[in-house]
Amino acid sequence: MQNLAVLDPYQDLSLKEAFAYCRDLVEDPDFPTVRRWREAGGKVVGHFQVYFPEEIVHAAGALPFKVRGAPVEARQGESHFGSGLCSILKTSLELILSDRVQLDMFVSHPICDSARNLAAVWGRNADYPCEILYLPQNANSAHSADYLRGEYARLVRGVSAVAEHPVTDDDLRRSLGVFNENRRLMRELYEIKRSTPWLVAVDEAYVLVALGGMIPRDEHNELLSWFLPRIRERDASPQDRMRLVFEGGFCEQPPLDLLNTIAKFSYVVDDDLLIGLRWITSDVPAGEDPLADLAVAYLEQSSYSPVQHDLRKPKEAMLIERIRNAGAGAAIVTAAKMCEPGLDEVVAYVKALDEEGIPYFVSEFEERMTNFDNMQIQLETFIENLLFA
Amino acid sequence: MSTTSTRAPATPGDATSASGTPLVGRGNKEGNRLFREWFEELTAAPEKGEQAAYVFVMGSMAELLRVFDFHTIFPEVNGLQTAVRHVADDYIAQAEDYGYSTDVCAYVKADVGLQLRDGSHPMGTIPKPALSVYTNACNTYIKWAEIWERLYHVPIFTLDVPGTRRAGGQTWRGSDDFANDLRYVQGQIEELIGVCETVSGKRFDIDKLRETMGFANRMSRAWKRIIELNKATPAVYNAVTDGTVYLGMVNGFRGREEGARYFEDLVEELEYKAAHHIGTPFKEKYRLVFAGVPCYPIFRRFGEMFSEWGGTFVGSTYLWFASGGANMGFEYDLDRPLESLAEGTLVTVRDAMDAMFYSDTLLADMVEPFGIDGVVYHPIKSCRTVSTGLADSRRVIMERTDAATLFIESDHMDKRAVSEAQLKNRIDAFFEGLASRRQRRAAGVDRQGRES
Repeated sequence: MQNLAVLDPYQDLSLKEAFAYCRDLVEDPDFPTVRRWREAGGKVVGHFQVYFPEEIVHAAGALPFKVRGAPVEARQGESHFGSGLCSILKTSLELILSDRVQLDMFVSHPICDSARNLAAVWGRNADYPCEILYLPQNANSAHSADYLRGEYARLVRGVSAVAEHPVTDDDLRRSLGVFNENRRLMRELYEIKRSTPWLVAVDEAYVLVALGGMIPRDEHNELLSWFLPRIRERDASPQDRMRLVFEGGFCEQPPLDLLNTIAKFSYVVDDDLLIGLRWITSDVPAGEDPLADLAVAYLEQSSYSPVQHDLRKPKEAMLIERIRNAGAGAAIVTAAKMCEPGLDEVVAYVKALDEEGIPYFVSEFEERMTNFDNMQIQLETFIENLLFA
Repeated sequence: MSTTSTRAPATPGDATSASGTPLVGRGNKEGNRLFREWFEELTAAPEKGEQAAYVFVMGSMAELLRVFDFHTIFPEVNGLQTAVRHVADDYIAQAEDYGYSTDVCAYVKADVGLQLRDGSHPMGTIPKPALSVYTNACNTYIKWAEIWERLYHVPIFTLDVPGTRRAGGQTWRGSDDFANDLRYVQGQIEELIGVCETVSGKRFDIDKLRETMGFANRMSRAWKRIIELNKATPAVYNAVTDGTVYLGMVNGFRGREEGARYFEDLVEELEYKAAHHIGTPFKEKYRLVFAGVPCYPIFRRFGEMFSEWGGTFVGSTYLWFASGGANMGFEYDLDRPLESLAEGTLVTVRDAMDAMFYSDTLLADMVEPFGIDGVVYHPIKSCRTVSTGLADSRRVIMERTDAATLFIESDHMDKRAVSEAQLKNRIDAFFEGLASRRQRRAAGVDRQGRES
C-alpha cells in the first residue's frame, strides 16, 4: 500500500499554488488524503499527539495518521467530556463521531492526564482496537530502553493484526530508512527557517510538516524533495523583522491564521510545532534489532517537550538553547487553553527567560479561535518595542 | 483480624472495646487524633534532623521510604486540609501571583503557595523535601515534582508504572507483557533504593523492608474488607465523608504499625455495626456511589446536601484510586520482598489508574452487589486525571444499569469554581427524581404511566 499516492498531482503548480494546495489539505476537517487511502483498501492507525513510532505502522503497510484535533465544532464530542478540558480532545473525538475520519486502530499516550483518558473514551465509542502506548516516563532509568523495546514489540503484534501483515525486522529496517530520509528533509526545512527565514514563513513550513502526519511518508519525502529546492530558489530578500522562537505547539495546534498573523511581523526561526513528527533528531540506525534502535532513539536522540520528563533535559534550559541555536532575539511562549503541562511549563519558561534577559510574549491559544485582532495588536506592540527600543 | 474483644452493650450503639473505648465512632475519632499527631511529627522533624520525602497518594512507596526513616509528606493531603479549613484561597492566590494559571490544578497551586510561605500550614509546618518520589498515576505529579526540583534542587524520582493498555486488557503474571512491565518497575525500585541511600546516608535494610511491608499487608487486607463491608444495609460508613478520614490514614500511616492496627480496629468496629445494622447518623433512604473527588471547600455542606435526603454514599471511586489501589487487598510475599514490592506496586497503581480511566465497568459491577440507586459524578476543574472520562463513563452506566445518575461539576480546592446554590438545585432535583422513580416502581408503572 505504501506506493499508493493520495495527493493530487502538484508538480506542475507554482510554489504559491502548491503551498495553497497543502494548506487546504491541512485545514480540511474531512482529511481527504486519509479517506483516499482507506477507500483504496488501506488500513489507518490513528495516533494521538505527541510522539508515536510511526515506523511500526508504516512497516505493516498501514497509514499512521496523526490525530491532532481539527478546526471543527465538536457538536458530538462536547457531550462526551465535561468542562475545563482542552479543545483537541473534543475535536479529535468529533472526527470519528461525525464519521469524518475512519480508523482501524487508535493509540493514545500518557502525555497528560486528559490524553490517558482519551484511549478509554475512544474505546467506548469505536469498534476497533483503542489503546495506550505507555512510552516510558522515567527517561533516566537504565531499564527504560529495554522496557520500551518490549512495549514496541507489543505494539507490533497489535498493528500486525490490524493491518493483516506480520511485521518483520526487514520491514522495520526499510521503514526506518524511509523515516530517516523524512527526518533529514524536515531538518533541512528547519535549517532554511533558521538561516534564511525570509524564504519560508512559519505557517508555510507548518503545513509541509503537518502533511507528514496524514499522507504516506514515502509520498511526504517526495513532496518535501519537490518543495525544498524551490523554496531555496524563491525570490525573496530579508526584511528588518524580529527573529522569534515559538514555543507551546507540542500538542494542540494553533490555527494557521494565528501563525500567519505572527509571520506578518516576525521571522519564526524555530518552534516546537508538531514536535512529535520531528522528535527524533538524527538517523536511527537500522541494526540487528530495529525495535531496540527505535526505542533507544526515543530516549537518546530526541528533542524535548513539556510532556516528557528527562532530568537531562530541563525544559527551560532546552528552550534557552533553542533560542540561542536559532539566533533568535525573543520568544513567543504559549500554551493551549486548559493544557496543564503547557501552562505549568510557561511559569518555568518565563522565569528562565527573565534570568537570561530574553524578551518574551506570553499568550494562550485554542485551535478553534477565530479572532486574532487582539493578539495581532499585542504582538505588534511587543515587536515594535523591541525593534525601536 | 480484630485485635480487641468487644464488650456486650445494653444497646448496640453503646458497645465498647476491651479498653473501654466506645466502639461505634472510634475509627473517626482515632483517625482524627492520629492525623493531628502525624502533622505534629512533621512539624518537629527538621529540628530532630529527620528528613522528609514528598510523595503522592497513588504509589507513595511508603514501605520503602520508611526503611530509610523518611517522613512521607503528601501535598495532596496538605492541599485538602487548606480547603477544608477554608484557607486554600490564600495559597492559590499566592501561586497565581507567582505565575500559575487559573486553569492549573489547584492542589499544585496550594502547594506552591505553601512552599512560598516556608511550609506554614493550618495543621503545622511542612518540612522541605530531601527528595521526592512519585509515580505517573497522575501526570501532574511529574510536573509538580519538577517545581520542587526547581525550587530546592533536590533529587526527584519518577517511578514509572505502566497502566492498563485497553479496557479489560490487564495482564498478569505468566504473560510476557506483564513480565516486561514488572522488570521495568523492579529495575526502577532498585535504582530508587540507591537514591534513598545517597540522600539519607543510610544502608538499605531488607529486613526493615519486610517489616514495613508486613504492616502494609495488614492494612491492605483491612482496607479491602472495609470496602466490602459497605454492602451491608444500612451502610456502615459514608464513603465520601467518613471515607476521607480513612483515606488520610491509609496514606499517612502506610507501612507503620499504628496504621495496621488502626485499620484492624476499624474493621472490628464496622463488622460490629454491620452485624447490628448500625448505619451512618442519617437514615438511609438511597444508596449512592460517588465518582470523582469531593468538594472540599464546602465539604461538610456538600455531604449534607445528600444526607439530608437520606442519600448515603456506600462506595466511591475515590476510595479506590486515592488509596493507591489498596482496595485490591494485595499482600506482599515477604520471602521475596523486592520482587513482590515491584509486583504490588505495578498491580495496585495500575488498579488506581483503572479506577479513574475505566471506572465505567467498575461502577457498573458495583450496582447490584451494593444495591446502588444512583451514581453521582463529580468531575472537578482542577483534576483532569479523574474528571476527563466521567461524562463518557456515565453514558455506559446509563446504558448498562438501572441506576440513576447525577453529573455535577465544581472543584475540590478552588472556591471560585464552586456554586453551592447550583449544586443544591441539581442535587435536589436528582433526589426528587429518585423519589418519583421509587413511587412509580411501587405503583408498578413506568415513566409514561403505563403499567410495567
